[in-house]
Amino acid sequence: MADQQVSRDQALEALKEKLGVGRDKTYAAMGAFTTPEELVEAGKKIYGMGYRKLDAMSPFPVHGIDDAIGIPRSKLGWMVVCFALAGLFTAQALMYYVGVINYPLVIGGKPLFDFTFTIPVTFELTVLFSGISCTLGIFAFNGLPQLYHPSMKYKISHRASDDRFILVVEADDPKFDVQKTTADLKSLGAQEVEVVVG
Amino acid sequence: MSGVRQDPQLLGVNPPLVQGGRDYHDVTDDISSITEAKVYETPMKYWIALACTSSVVLVLGFMLSYLVANGIGVWGNNRPVGWAWDITNFVFWIGIGHAGTLISAILFLFRQKWRTSINRSAEAMTIFAVMCAGLFPLFHTGRPWRAAYWLFPIPNTDLNMWQNFRSPLIWDVFAVSTYATISVLFWFVGLVPDLATLRDRATGKMKQLVFGFLSLGWRGSARHWRNYEAGYMILAGLSTPLVLSVHSVVSFDFATSVIPGWHTTIFPPYFVAGAVFSGFAMVMTLLIICRYLLNLQNYITIKHLENMNKIILVTGSIVGYAYVTEFFIAWYSGNPYERFTFFNRAFGPYWWAYWSMMTCNVISPQFYWSKTLRRSVPFMFCLSIVVNIGMWFERFVIIATSLHRDFLPSSWGYFQPTWVDIMTFVGTFGLFLTMFLLFARFLPMIAISEVKGVLAVEKHLYSETQREEVYK
Repeated sequence: MADQQVSRDQALEALKEKLGVGRDKTYAAMGAFTTPEELVEAGKKIYGMGYRKLDAMSPFPVHGIDDAIGIPRSKLGWMVVCFALAGLFTAQALMYYVGVINYPLVIGGKPLFDFTFTIPVTFELTVLFSGISCTLGIFAFNGLPQLYHPSMKYKISHRASDDRFILVVEADDPKFDVQKTTADLKSLGAQEVEVVVG
Repeated sequence: MSGVRQDPQLLGVNPPLVQGGRDYHDVTDDISSITEAKVYETPMKYWIALACTSSVVLVLGFMLSYLVANGIGVWGNNRPVGWAWDITNFVFWIGIGHAGTLISAILFLFRQKWRTSINRSAEAMTIFAVMCAGLFPLFHTGRPWRAAYWLFPIPNTDLNMWQNFRSPLIWDVFAVSTYATISVLFWFVGLVPDLATLRDRATGKMKQLVFGFLSLGWRGSARHWRNYEAGYMILAGLSTPLVLSVHSVVSFDFATSVIPGWHTTIFPPYFVAGAVFSGFAMVMTLLIICRYLLNLQNYITIKHLENMNKIILVTGSIVGYAYVTEFFIAWYSGNPYERFTFFNRAFGPYWWAYWSMMTCNVISPQFYWSKTLRRSVPFMFCLSIVVNIGMWFERFVIIATSLHRDFLPSSWGYFQPTWVDIMTFVGTFGLFLTMFLLFARFLPMIAISEVKGVLAVEKHLYSETQREEVYK
């Protein structure tokens, strides 16, 4: 496991050099917990200590952690509503243009355009636009895709997708202090506490 | 939450959904190890199965080439049965797909925790079923490379035409293509956290690269999860009306025509119930095989299978009720053509198809009133196949029997499939099973992150000893 970690670090360094993002700086202090309940508990406490630039990493969504460490609600829904309306208008405009302007053709004496027969296509395009925008939004709002993130330097970051619940105090936080923050994390019962530079 | 414990007396009814005392790391290991196994570690029976199904894909390839080279006259479609096996197979496969979306979206909105072990494979099944379905309308155009101009509103100068948006067939194009797209997106969104798990465990350079690329840099940050959960909820909310609309629109292809036997308002709900019914049966068939081949008994428990059987029972009963209603309305309408069509369905030249459908779809699911049968794996495996046979016959009965004897007795006929019809349909099964086998081996077949979410709850609900037991 140690060898693997070393080669991983080397690969990361090479990658960063290639991309020209070499300049290392302190990213955060990170500590791991073994259960989601401990993470939420620690999150509440560390927020109470006055830290604000917080994050957590977990293998599944831990309920309550976002409120505990002050992560705002997702704004994804608003974006999707806009795209849903765009899909709705696109469908209506398409069928109006085709049926009335570009190629008016009377079939069975039916009107050239009417909202009734446009319902199915309009519905489908609304869903299509919303669905695509929602998927792209999930990643775009998270800043993904991303080739490198400093949290990868944390020695057990690979367990954040397995069985560890990691609390992150970012170095941008005004209260951040290498000694003090490390001690704070340890006092909350975090294991493998480490100041991550990357 | 802590303090609330499952009543020991209810353990038989509500056993843990993750059994065998698995912990977070065990879940990761159990499911990733299937993907990570070396070629020689994967059981030989898997490779034999894959060899068989992929040979059938070759048959499909040959049949489609033969069709394109010779024109669609090689299929049995002809007057008076102009829509025959191709549409039957299209509706059959589209219907199969519906269970995947029902499990992933509707059960998600209803907070049914048991969906987590089966949703990934059901969603994959949806995508493969829609792929098979799409082949039939695409190839029945005869020139599939030009089909895009006929199917989608693409401005063009050579044909100089647009689609007729008053036709339900174009609605169908939009419904099915939207359904395929949204299903793929939903599936991929759910896969990303698990791909990140595989990336973090990957040892080889190639695996790191592939999973690193596919997981898009997912790191499980609380911010990630917040947007992810919001987005997942929105996608589920969108897929729910979508899945209902798709088979409704498919049924409009028939219901908006004036053919006796098709021109009924019962079609949309009846088609949707039938789709869910057949789809659950197909999920059942596939899951029982995978559960056995890949040792997933701790995740796909008897409780999961029993719940699915209950849905089969409900939807099967709705389908049965719809059959009876159709018959009643045909009589009650007083319309002689309607009456004749339904009498002809049951006692005309296609009586064997009608009664196969009735037996498989109406009578067979009623066995699930018995708890013993509902929980018996061999029984449910056989029954799931019976249901799928029945649902294929349902589409065949609706399509062929309504068309083969229309208003003028002088133009009556009898449809028989050609060997190309039959082998093309067999070929799509090859494609479907091959895709599913590849998926089950090379991607996480169970949603790792979602199962862990369920496990986190169950750790409070059940004691360690209760969780360690395997409930039969």
